[in-house]
Amino acid sequence: MSEEKHHIVPYRVYVFVLLALLALTFASIGITSIELGEFTVAAALIFACVKTFLVLTYFMHLKYDKKYIVAMVIFVFAIFFAVIVITFLDYLYR
Amino acid sequence: MQKENVANVANYLTYKGKHKGLLGWVLSTDHKRIGLLYLYSIMTMFSVGVLLGLAMKFELLAPGKTIMEAQTYNATFTVHGVIMIFMVVIPGLPAVFGNFLLPIMIGAKDVAFPKLNLLSWWLYVAGVFLVLSAVIFGKGAPDTGWTFYAPYSFKTGTNLLPAIFGAFILGFSSILTGLNFLVTIHRMRCPGMKWSKLPLFVWTLYGTAWIQLLATPVVGITLVLVALERMFGVGVFDPALGGDPILYQHLFWIYSHPAVYIMILPAMGAISEIIPTFSQKMIFGYKAIIASTMAIAFVGYLVWGHHMFTAGMSGTAQYYFSLLTFIVAIPSAIKVFNWISTMYKGSINVQTPLYWAVSFIFVFLIGGLSGLVLGSLAANVHLHDTAFVVAHFHYIVFGGTGFAFFAAAHYWFPKIYGRMYDKGWANAGWLIFFIGFLALYTPMFYLGIMGMPRRYYDYLDDFHGGNILSTFGSWIMVTGLVIIIINLIRSARKGPAAEINPWRGKTLEWTVSSPPSLENFDEIPVIAEDDGPYNYK
Repeated sequence: MSEEKHHIVPYRVYVFVLLALLALTFASIGITSIELGEFTVAAALIFACVKTFLVLTYFMHLKYDKKYIVAMVIFVFAIFFAVIVITFLDYLYR
Repeated sequence: MQKENVANVANYLTYKGKHKGLLGWVLSTDHKRIGLLYLYSIMTMFSVGVLLGLAMKFELLAPGKTIMEAQTYNATFTVHGVIMIFMVVIPGLPAVFGNFLLPIMIGAKDVAFPKLNLLSWWLYVAGVFLVLSAVIFGKGAPDTGWTFYAPYSFKTGTNLLPAIFGAFILGFSSILTGLNFLVTIHRMRCPGMKWSKLPLFVWTLYGTAWIQLLATPVVGITLVLVALERMFGVGVFDPALGGDPILYQHLFWIYSHPAVYIMILPAMGAISEIIPTFSQKMIFGYKAIIASTMAIAFVGYLVWGHHMFTAGMSGTAQYYFSLLTFIVAIPSAIKVFNWISTMYKGSINVQTPLYWAVSFIFVFLIGGLSGLVLGSLAANVHLHDTAFVVAHFHYIVFGGTGFAFFAAAHYWFPKIYGRMYDKGWANAGWLIFFIGFLALYTPMFYLGIMGMPRRYYDYLDDFHGGNILSTFGSWIMVTGLVIIIINLIRSARKGPAAEINPWRGKTLEWTVSSPPSLENFDEIPVIAEDDGPYNYK
């Protein structure tokens, strides 16, 4: 463990990510003023997904972590996705 | 040499640290002491659950009222279920034997986060007291069943909220234990302890930890939604407010089916340790057992809907869940095949842990195969919510986890306490327990097929014979249980000193003193390239 290198991320990267998150937050609020019909929820979820990606990649250091850690996170999201899809096998065909 | 082991002042049982007496235990961050704290807490709750189960069986001795009213019966099976599921079988093997053995088996001095480990136990205790407060105070014990199904869970006038919050807190305890084990296994293995050299019990704890971490939050949020529904009528599950009660069942079982694998995977791990030791033979299909463990953990996430075949789900979802239910049986069958193949041509040493392990395979097989009957859509319509389900469930959960728990207790007892139990009483206890178990639960298969519903305190005269046999079985089983527990308690205090490795096991815990020293190892072990956990060559 002791021989592992710690990647130091410059402050400006964190500032850029923070600004991006703020911009996306305002955008997700702003888009509700546009009538998107059944895509309203999808739009909100897309913004949320992009923000989640940024937080995981930079704030939680996934970009600089070992690949197996990234694989574990992807695995968790895959399970989550599968559970949602399977649940909708009920709701879409009921 | 043997006496020195017990008298060893540096061992974890006799060590005196900053706090003394009871405080030295309840504030200890030593993984072994925390394991024993869990053992004593869980066995206490197990005893309460058994007494409630006995009361239920006594009520069913004859049709009509025997010893309790219908409402009391409803509360009894609810509290029995909540205690046995959330306080006994879910934490059972991981919290007791996982805590005690995981660091030793991977050559570490403790888990990754010892203070978090102690917090997990305290959360467990807090959850227990909250649930018990629901029984003692307020408007009567909860009567929803351990599943807290909507919409009844927010309509009932009984004292449900403390039970829900108790289960919520018990969930946090489980999550923290899972997180601790994941990090420990990834980061604290001793030099040379590759993934391909991990003992199978550790592998099953690893699969279990993933489930604890990922599935438990779902039920936590679901229970919070039920509480909000009860308190504020938010309308998520209430059809009168536009909610969907079937959504509750989805969310509940998204956790609670994987939870069955939280119960059974470590049980399989313990059996995978015991069988090669008492066969003095390399486990058959080490990698196949690992693959099947991870397959069970993964596929187990995706089959929850088989609890809801009659709830009003879409036909498409029913086909899907039925298919995957049959698929999840395959990795379980692989394990059974491997255990039996390990014993084949082995040098079998018949001792109490092996009796438990072999009887585990027997009851687990019946439980598993009856699960396939229930996984079949057409049969499920007939058998849903009958005594058949209760029989299947107890064969798997009590027959699986319970038998493996006692197998593990008798296997690792000399390591934990540094003393040996009376083998004659242990064998007698097992035999009586096993006979009682069969007599208690087997008639329920028949009663269920004949149409006797579960969770009813009354029944038709046609079902009387089967219920008499079942109730007598419960008395026999409890007799065996009392013998087992008294023998173990007595032996922990007065049993003869145990050797370091009485069973000639090959995993690392059999290389340390009995009982282990405070930090397990004087020096962190190094695993040689040609060494392995089941190297009996």
